[in-house]
Amino acid sequence: MRTLRDTWLVFGRYLGLFLRNPAWVAVGIIQPLLYLILFAPLLKSLAAMPGFPPGGAYNVFVPGLLVQLGLFGAASVGFSLISELRAGVVERMRVTPISRFALLMGRALRDIFTLLIQTLIIIGLSLPFGLSLHPLGLLVILALVALIGMLFASISYTLALWLKSEDAFAPLTFTATLPLLLLSGVLLPLTLAPAWLRGIADANPLNYAVLAGRAVFNDNLGDVNVIKGVAIMAVLAVLAVATATRSFSRAVS
Amino acid sequence: MSHAIAHADDGVIVARGLRRVFKTRQGEVEAVAGVDLTIPRGGIFGFLGPNGAGKTTTLRMLSTLLPPTGGQATVAGADLLHQPALVRERIGYVGQAGGTDRQVSGRSELVFQGRVYGMSKQEARLRAQELLETVDLVEAADRQTGTYSGGQRRRLDIALGLVHRPQLLFLDEPTTGLDPQSRAHLWDEVRRLRETGVSVFLTTHYLDEADVLCDDLAIIDHGRIVATGTPEQLKRQVAGDVITLGVGAGVSQARALLSGQTFVREIGDDEEVEEGQIRLYVDRGEEAMPAILRMLDGAQVGLQTISMTRPSLDDVFLRQTGRSLRDQAA
Repeated sequence: MRTLRDTWLVFGRYLGLFLRNPAWVAVGIIQPLLYLILFAPLLKSLAAMPGFPPGGAYNVFVPGLLVQLGLFGAASVGFSLISELRAGVVERMRVTPISRFALLMGRALRDIFTLLIQTLIIIGLSLPFGLSLHPLGLLVILALVALIGMLFASISYTLALWLKSEDAFAPLTFTATLPLLLLSGVLLPLTLAPAWLRGIADANPLNYAVLAGRAVFNDNLGDVNVIKGVAIMAVLAVLAVATATRSFSRAVS
Repeated sequence: MSHAIAHADDGVIVARGLRRVFKTRQGEVEAVAGVDLTIPRGGIFGFLGPNGAGKTTTLRMLSTLLPPTGGQATVAGADLLHQPALVRERIGYVGQAGGTDRQVSGRSELVFQGRVYGMSKQEARLRAQELLETVDLVEAADRQTGTYSGGQRRRLDIALGLVHRPQLLFLDEPTTGLDPQSRAHLWDEVRRLRETGVSVFLTTHYLDEADVLCDDLAIIDHGRIVATGTPEQLKRQVAGDVITLGVGAGVSQARALLSGQTFVREIGDDEEVEEGQIRLYVDRGEEAMPAILRMLDGAQVGLQTISMTRPSLDDVFLRQTGRSLRDQAA
């Protein structure tokens, strides 16, 4: 009970902070728009190429875009935690009886909340361009994005608590997310890749999330890739949450 | 060696053998090397020491932020190692950085803090208003804390530490960086806490602050407590009081008279003073002065001037740590 209540409190605090800052709300909406407007048109012509997966440009592109949004959106949340560490906010919370799990989960749920809003914007705007999605598929996609958000937000917070400085956090985050992104077939499908690259990509868990997303958008909800992708993300998310919760309860300095 | 933990009623903080070792690239560093403290309830306790002496580390251990490497403690009647949640319910803590978000208003921070301690929305709002009035922040209450002056932010920090009516409030260098007026204002705030029965544990490296504000002091250096007592006791331990007499031609006669007296701890060398003067080190200057006057008068030694100076806490610090704190106050 206490944990639930605390999580709700922390979630409310950070949602309030987010909504109070119109610049962040604007960025949150403009970002996915830019992807759609500046990148999606390129795919129209690519979709005709041999090796391009079936389902039409948008049905191939949007799942990858959503995974990318989840990865980048969540991986950068640690920045705000570092400035809070410096301002003593985290210490102030840690000396109260508030649940340590709630300190993480309240923040992560706020991050997921914005990711889901962005997801709905992207899907909604893509529908006129030929994207098709079953309502049940939409739920699966939202769950998948939420799990990716939970996974990478937790990792991001853990790193922030560990490194405590933007100077260390920024390069590490950018260096780590780039190969994850490139090897997930987000931008272009890995069916176009040479065998050795595909081999490496098989070790990238994000790859399975993208495959799951594409299967859902292909109306293959029963595809084994769907359950596989969701399960892999869920297991990793649970591990990341456990690690991050421990970081919040451990000493900060 | 095991220490029996003292009964909780002995003090608001009873610590035995508290230690903390940090692992660094250069090896292990013992930041706190076995601290014993018994701090009475209801007073203002000052923890003095130069930077890096172990002040903040000790404070962080006692406030559950840092697990001790060794030792044990009872804080506000709860066992630090086995009941940290209970300790957290009973203490308030104000860190050096404060802990408010620049974009949140003072009132929102107070309400949030109240909710964290389990109050209903209504209770938290009432308590926030009450505290805003106490620390004189009603006018600034609904502005973002980023617009507050240093003194205003500090008062909000303290209010945040008091939301749940703790028995004990920790203040880590509460007046560092404040202008003299804000410092004085904050001292009044801390004294008011004592009047309401809250025990205060503060760290400082300002000697004047320790002197005028604190009921009891401990000096920590290199992770060890080197002296404890009231400011008066500490100052007496070091030097007692210094009395300087101007007796003109009567120097040798006065010397002879005074050297046999029990209240005189030591008579200074002639080099310490100008010609015709005598310097005396005594335990209690206010009692020694009338005795000196009577004695010299009875022996018909002409006394021209008499003055008394008390040792400062800086003298105490110098004696205990071999360093002057004033030199390093940054």
